[in-house]
This record gives sequence, structure tokens and C-alpha cells, in this order.
Amino acid sequence: MPQHTPLYEAHVAAGARMVDFGGWEMPINYGSQIEEHHSVRQAAGMFDVSHMTVVDINGSQARHFLSYLLANDVAKLTSPGRALYSCMLNEKGGVIDDLITYFLDERFFRVVVNAATHDKDMAWITLQARAFDVVVTERPELAMIAVQGPAAREAVLSLLPDNDVAAAAAMKPFGAGQFGDLFVARTGYTGEDGFEISLPAESANKFWEQLLSAGVAPCGLGARDTLRLEAGMNLYGQDMDETVTPLESGLGWTVALKDDRSFIGKDALLEQKSRGVESKLVGLVLQGRGVLRPGQRIVTDAGDGVITSGSFSPTLQKAIAFARLPKDATGVCQVDMRGRLLDCSIVQPPFVRNGTVCEGII
Amino acid sequence: MSNIPSHLKYTESHEWVDADEHGNARIGISDHAQAELGDLVFVELPVVGDEITQGDPCAVVESVKAASDIYTPVSGRVLAINEELDIDPAIINADPYGDGWLFELELIDDEELESLKDAEAYEESLED
Repeated sequence: MPQHTPLYEAHVAAGARMVDFGGWEMPINYGSQIEEHHSVRQAAGMFDVSHMTVVDINGSQARHFLSYLLANDVAKLTSPGRALYSCMLNEKGGVIDDLITYFLDERFFRVVVNAATHDKDMAWITLQARAFDVVVTERPELAMIAVQGPAAREAVLSLLPDNDVAAAAAMKPFGAGQFGDLFVARTGYTGEDGFEISLPAESANKFWEQLLSAGVAPCGLGARDTLRLEAGMNLYGQDMDETVTPLESGLGWTVALKDDRSFIGKDALLEQKSRGVESKLVGLVLQGRGVLRPGQRIVTDAGDGVITSGSFSPTLQKAIAFARLPKDATGVCQVDMRGRLLDCSIVQPPFVRNGTVCEGII
Repeated sequence: MSNIPSHLKYTESHEWVDADEHGNARIGISDHAQAELGDLVFVELPVVGDEITQGDPCAVVESVKAASDIYTPVSGRVLAINEELDIDPAIINADPYGDGWLFELELIDDEELESLKDAEAYEESLED
């Protein structure tokens, strides 16, 4: 039986096309994925992301535990209400999942992990937590709505109680705070400004309707995928998994290796680094017509590679992709598209930020 | 529910054929197919003048979601292709049986039309 979020009936009533995503029946679009994509780039769109797993880490060793569990360093979270993106690695340096950690107070951190990896993540976190004075609590009773786009914050702020507006408006990127029932974070997965909001499941439908009335367009997982791809953000299971390390996945910047902190996977990463990282994740832009797809072979002067994520970019009006290529590949490569070799330029993601195509992309 | 005009013939792979009394036929994809594919962003059509054989993959439509081969429902010589789709493939989403047609054929064998599904049979195949 597929799982349903508290907003399931609202999606069906709105005519959404529903698909299975990691065991959840979720909206892929409400009509046109491309129109939804443009809504987020140009105004405001919202996504039901209630399928994602919220896990609270409470206890005297909460920070100590996360410092060991995560490849990024929670020491960077110096004041309550700050968020950090990180990978969670196995002993071999392979990526178990990527996640966001919110620092609420010294005895309370919140972690949001992917839906499709729920079971293995919970098993791993619970196992590793045994050695620490922490309590791991899943929060399935929380729904989550991401509101994204240049007009997103204004729309959300208009729905907050008057005495919360100033504090919520003052939050910087990667800031977060609790406002009544709403846990509001200035984070996202689209390359636009906006908020991700956790709230009790029973309040989700009312809040969703209020956002609709405020002019926020409902958007499905289809648009979420093209938006994150344009924004240069990895998708777990496609761009990285347990067979690769963050260093091979364009995520070296999220790994804090420089001090003497011990964390799971660190030895493997240090060894890989000293041996030399053989492959890298890059961006591709198809120069001609067609659409880049995951799994397509890439031919370069330095050897073959493969597309991990690819689609049509509604903003660029061209096909774009992430590809894992030999470390020395640069300039132009070819994609094997149904037996024909077509030129692609190798670029450094992101492709798009805050509604604008980034420099050096086309 | 998807729109299935009764005057057309259909294939299991979701193409439609509109044959006229002069032995010419226009071909496209069904409303169900466009909805399943999602927003179309790219179309590759056959070459005018080529002869194509029933069941051959002769065109590709690509959506944000997937690339899908188009199999010609009937054999024939390609008379025309819908060049508007080059500029705006989303016409197929908006009007799959009208302005979103793909190509036109001069039929080689009228009897091939008999092997295709009528609207009722096509609708039943969608329900399976």
C-alpha cells in the first residue's frame, strides 16, 4: 500500500497526476510541469514534501553525536536557528544519504532526511546513536511544505501572526525558527529564495489553502526535479549513493576534513584524497536539440562517463545534466543519444540562481 | 478521462491515424499518450519522401519525463511533417488530434487500417 501525505486528497482534487515516489503516492504535476517550474522562477510555487523524514535528536550529547555521524561539521552551527547541509557516510565514505540539520538548542537538533531512504537512514542513525546520550525521535506527525520563488517569503509572511512577522522576515538564508505551530526555515531545493515549513499534519490543509489564496502555485515533483537540477543540487540515489563518496559527487565543499574531528567515513575520504580522486561530477549543456537523460554514455578525451541526472531546462530552453566524468575531462564532450554522438559543453553548476542563468553556462 | 475521438483509428502504442478517401493519412499521438508523457519539449520527425513500414520506429517525441519512439501505424511514403512542432512541441499537449499532428503519409496498403483499433477498442485497452 502506498503511503499518503495529509495533503493527498487536496492534490487529487486539484487534478494532480500522482506517481509513486519512494513508497509515497505524490503529485508529479498539476497539469504542466514547465508552467510550475516557471512559477517558482518568476513568482512563488509550493511543494508538498511531507513524505520527507523529520528526526529529532535530543540529549546532552546531541551535538557530539552529529559531529561523529555527519561529514560536514555541526561546529559550524554556532547559534540556535541555523541549518547545515551534510552527507551521512558509511565507513567506506559512501553516501548513505544527504540531509539538513537544524540547531535548535544544545540539547535539541533536528535532521531532515530523504523519504526513499527512510528505513536505512533510521536504522543507521539509531545504531550509531547507541554510543551517545541522545534520544532519536521520528516526527511522522509533521507535514512539510516548501514555498519557493522570489515572491515566496512575502506570501508566507502574510500568513504569520503579526507578532511573528518581523522575526521570520529577519531570518537569513539557512536560518530557522519556531513560530507557533510552524517551524519555518529559510532553505530550499530550487535555487530560489523561500521557506520550508514543518507543521502539524492536521494544520497542513488549511495552510496549503491559505497559500493558494495568497497566489502560490501548487507544484509537483516534476518541477522540483528540473528546478533542483538547474540549481546544481544533487538528488540522492541518482547523483550519489553508497557506491561513491562526496568527493566524486561535487560535494567536497560539504566535507569538513581539515581538523582532527573524527567522523564516520573520514579515514576512507582521507585515503581517497591521498590516492587521488579519479572522477568528478560536472554540469553538461547539450549544444543542439534533444534531451539529456540519466544513464546516457558520455565520451570525453579522458575516457567515458555517464549522466546521473538530465532533463530539459525550462529556463535555459536547452537540455542540461549532471555527469560523472574522468577527472581530467574538460571543454567539450559527446553524449551517446540513441547511437548518435552530440556535443555537450562541460560546465560548473549551478546553471540558474535566483531566476537568472549563471555566468559561463551558455 | 482522456479524449478519444470516434472517427480515428488507434494503435496499442498510442498513435492515432486519420485516413481520407484519397489514400492519405495523418498521424499523431493520443490524448492519453500526451498526458502520460507530460510537457513535450522536443520532436524528431521522419524525412519527407522516405518510405516507412507499419510498426517501424519513425519519430521520437521527448517530454521533460521521457523519450518515446513513435511507431508508424501504417506503411507509406512521407508526404509532410508538422514543422510547427519544431518551434513549439507543446502544441501536441494542447491539441493532440488537431494542430499537434506529427506527419502525413501516402498509404501503400489500405488494408493495414483494418488491423488498427477503433475508438472503443482503444478505450478498452486503456482500462486494462
